[in-house]
Amino acid sequence: MINLTINSKPVSVPEGSTVLKAAEKLNIHIPTLCNHDDLCVVGNCRVCVVEQKGARALIASCAHPATEGMEILTNSLKVRNARKHIVELLLSEHRADCTKCYRNQNCELQTLANAYSYGDHLFINLIKDHEIMIDQTSASIVKDDSKCIRCQRCVRTCAELQKVSALAVSGKGCNQKISTFHDRPLSHVVCTNCGQCIIRCPTGALTEKTQIEQVWDAIYNQGKHVVVQTAPAVRVALGEDLGYDPGERVTGKLVTALRQIGFDSVLDTDFSADLTIMEEGTELLTRLKKVLVDGDKETALPLFTSCSPGWIKFIEHKKPGLIPHLSTCKSPQQMFGVLAKTYYAGKRKLNPADIVSVSIMPCTAKKFEANRPEMRASGYKDVDFVLTTRELAIMIRQSGIDFRALETDNYDSIMGTSTGAGVIFGATGGVMEAALRTAYEIVTGKEVPFKDLNIVPVRGLEGVKEASLKIEGCKKEWAFLEGVELQVAIAHGLTNADKLISKVVSGEASYHFIEIMACPGGCIGGGGQPIPTNNTIRQKRVDAIYAEDMEMKLRKSHDNPEIIAVYKDFLGEPNSHKAHELLHTQYIERIRN
Amino acid sequence: METKKLNKVDLIFEHVDPRVILTKAFKMSNDDIINEVIESGLKGRGGAGFPTGMKWKFAAGEKSKEKYIVCNADEGEPGTFKDREILDRVAYKVYSGMAIAGKAIGAKKGVVYLRAEYKFLIPQLMMELDGFHTLIKDIGYNFQIEYKLGSGAYICGEESALFESIEGYRGEPRNKPPYPTQNGLFGKPTVINNVETLVNIVIIVNYGSAKYKSHGTRFSTGAKVFSVSGDTPNPGIYELELGMSVLEFVNEFGDGDTKAVQVGGASGLCVPRKLFASTIIGFEGVPTGGSVKLFNSTRSMYNVLHNYLDFFNEESCGNCTPCRVGCQQLLLGVEAVKKGDMKSSYLNELAKLADTMKVASKCGLGQSVGNAFNSILENFREEIIY
Repeated sequence: MINLTINSKPVSVPEGSTVLKAAEKLNIHIPTLCNHDDLCVVGNCRVCVVEQKGARALIASCAHPATEGMEILTNSLKVRNARKHIVELLLSEHRADCTKCYRNQNCELQTLANAYSYGDHLFINLIKDHEIMIDQTSASIVKDDSKCIRCQRCVRTCAELQKVSALAVSGKGCNQKISTFHDRPLSHVVCTNCGQCIIRCPTGALTEKTQIEQVWDAIYNQGKHVVVQTAPAVRVALGEDLGYDPGERVTGKLVTALRQIGFDSVLDTDFSADLTIMEEGTELLTRLKKVLVDGDKETALPLFTSCSPGWIKFIEHKKPGLIPHLSTCKSPQQMFGVLAKTYYAGKRKLNPADIVSVSIMPCTAKKFEANRPEMRASGYKDVDFVLTTRELAIMIRQSGIDFRALETDNYDSIMGTSTGAGVIFGATGGVMEAALRTAYEIVTGKEVPFKDLNIVPVRGLEGVKEASLKIEGCKKEWAFLEGVELQVAIAHGLTNADKLISKVVSGEASYHFIEIMACPGGCIGGGGQPIPTNNTIRQKRVDAIYAEDMEMKLRKSHDNPEIIAVYKDFLGEPNSHKAHELLHTQYIERIRN
Repeated sequence: METKKLNKVDLIFEHVDPRVILTKAFKMSNDDIINEVIESGLKGRGGAGFPTGMKWKFAAGEKSKEKYIVCNADEGEPGTFKDREILDRVAYKVYSGMAIAGKAIGAKKGVVYLRAEYKFLIPQLMMELDGFHTLIKDIGYNFQIEYKLGSGAYICGEESALFESIEGYRGEPRNKPPYPTQNGLFGKPTVINNVETLVNIVIIVNYGSAKYKSHGTRFSTGAKVFSVSGDTPNPGIYELELGMSVLEFVNEFGDGDTKAVQVGGASGLCVPRKLFASTIIGFEGVPTGGSVKLFNSTRSMYNVLHNYLDFFNEESCGNCTPCRVGCQQLLLGVEAVKKGDMKSSYLNELAKLADTMKVASKCGLGQSVGNAFNSILENFREEIIY
């Protein structure tokens, strides 16, 4: 243990701890900006500087290890002067249009400014209005360099967590900025649209491309029937933007709020998650049969899940050779969208041209996905608008809804009934667990051999998870699977995904089925979720997801009565011709840089 | 304070037989070499003045199979051109210094990080390096040196940014600790020394630390190569004993009308005429990596300051806030005061900002911007305002 004093208070910390961690232990607050729990330490904003007695220069507490006998002062005159200067410097290079800013009141720079900068600004404003260029080319992400304070959290996120590096530092000195490859627009670089940079940006330099106004227009348009779907991860995180603690489930109030906002029908993406399981589970079993029985060399195994549009775009950019491994199933959002304008329109006797389909997603990549040209199988744009969890919170506030006082309510029918299997799509390992619950039962006629159907080995926030399940007691038509040890793996965060698939490509490991989510923690940690997000918060959201699952009456996708109905009345059977037309898609190769 | 008369010496460029030097050094134990260097009082000749022997001792104490010797030849300080001359004339002494350092700390590999603008020297340097490799093999020792070219950024003269550059990353400084001797190039214990420092090692081995110390003062032992430029009839490279006063220097090199001397380049200090006699050139006074620039009364010190700030504005890597934004604010600030857009009292705010940059910047670059700024502002305030 290392012993030191901070503001004359003694503290002991394990070797390797930073001064910042030691201060946290004493409940001494040191402001930070570039520091983020998910990312490596860079110590470049210098907001966290403290004085070490006997040292000439100040030290960055986030980056400096605590050493024996150190005497630290966090509020000396030297520190205060420096900190005020640093905050003032950051403000001078930041376009502070706070009242109009998307991040107003949830901005780390604003919080610092409130504490350390008051009265007139000390320094000359470095923002030249005529030079402001806002990159709005991406379907998902808006990049406004005039608000960037160069903390490089986005750069580290993109490189460390996602192994994408769409964003990088370019230029030096006064010309230093966060740029893309050759300064190309975001729509023309390797960006996967995951939005992880957005949830780590301390200011409004990176935000999602909002569609709130378009959705209001649709709602107020009397001629339109506006349906809304809500993704599983939204219900366990929305509360954070409305004053609840992380991990609070607000499903019932969410439904009521959406009705009050004016959506004509409030439906659930969990329904189409169940549908995805039917399609993807069948696809897996079909591929297994082709490989194991027919000896088909064309069929690619392992099968990769395809629910995460960030992951899809990652493969399309970085490893197009692996596209055959991707499940052809559309994501639950898009399955829902296409059914809304076909099956739902038919059942409700609506003209699909009059339906506006809105989705509430924890995700920014879903905005891009909805715009993909393939996603028009209904003859219309399957999903018209995608809102993030944060955008929905804004709409709720705009409507003057007292969220805490709302009654709870249930989703509408049809396409509003779901199972626990659909809910757990929101957490890493959830798709795998849901798929196993169904596939195992299809093959053996028995439930998966886990207590309460909880397949614990595939759960948790570990970066890469592996599990195997022995298939025993197969039904006749699945006899070829008898005794097969089904090997599965799960990764979340694209860096972990890259590690996992590299092992597969090199032959170091072999699996039958791999679940990948682009975002750390899965959808609950998505780029459209409330800010901030960190490991503690992700864990709470995960816990909430599994609690929601346990409370559901139905826990397996194939038990969902609406799923049974949609196959009986409309699709025929899983992977039928019609299902293929509507629920499956294809992928393309994209630029590498 | 002890001052020396101006005394020209010839040690750096003096020809010695590298075989004799290396054979002598390789016969010594590692501890003896390090103690001899510590005893000599040699401080880093790049400008920062860290005791070279101590640096070696730290690196020698690290347990690692792989260690590196890096020669910092990224001579970028405005007004400095002595490393170029040294490499041009006595590169074999630099290589020998690296091999001796390698022996002392247990490193088998050396890298010379050469300033991009010195690329023209490469053919000649490589030829000499081939000769050196043959010699060292002949002596029966194993030490390999390779060259790595910079790409033109001033920041890459900062040791940790230099490592990043060699490793293929963007040249930005690392957080310290860990220091290079613990965690340097490719994460291995590394000694990084300036070109001239390494030549001094050869001098120390050749003459012994006692003789070496007979030059210079207690705190600034030995002699140093100066790059003299500016308003002087005799610009060029001079090897002078450390510890002379600026006055002595001006008497030798000035044009009779010297009003200020910038010692240490853009990141050094500006000495006005009234302080010439009381200021020593050396680590106890104004240290320098070699650059000494003289200004006569025809020069506007506003222009001098503006030029330095313009330089930093471009050459800050932009990584940390105080340096990236501070440099811009200092430059725009003096411009605004000059134009009358800001009150002259704004200079006081800027001086405080420069103080913050000195203590809060991440690396030596940002920490030294305030040197030139505050020393020029203190002594030539009226020239900045009017």
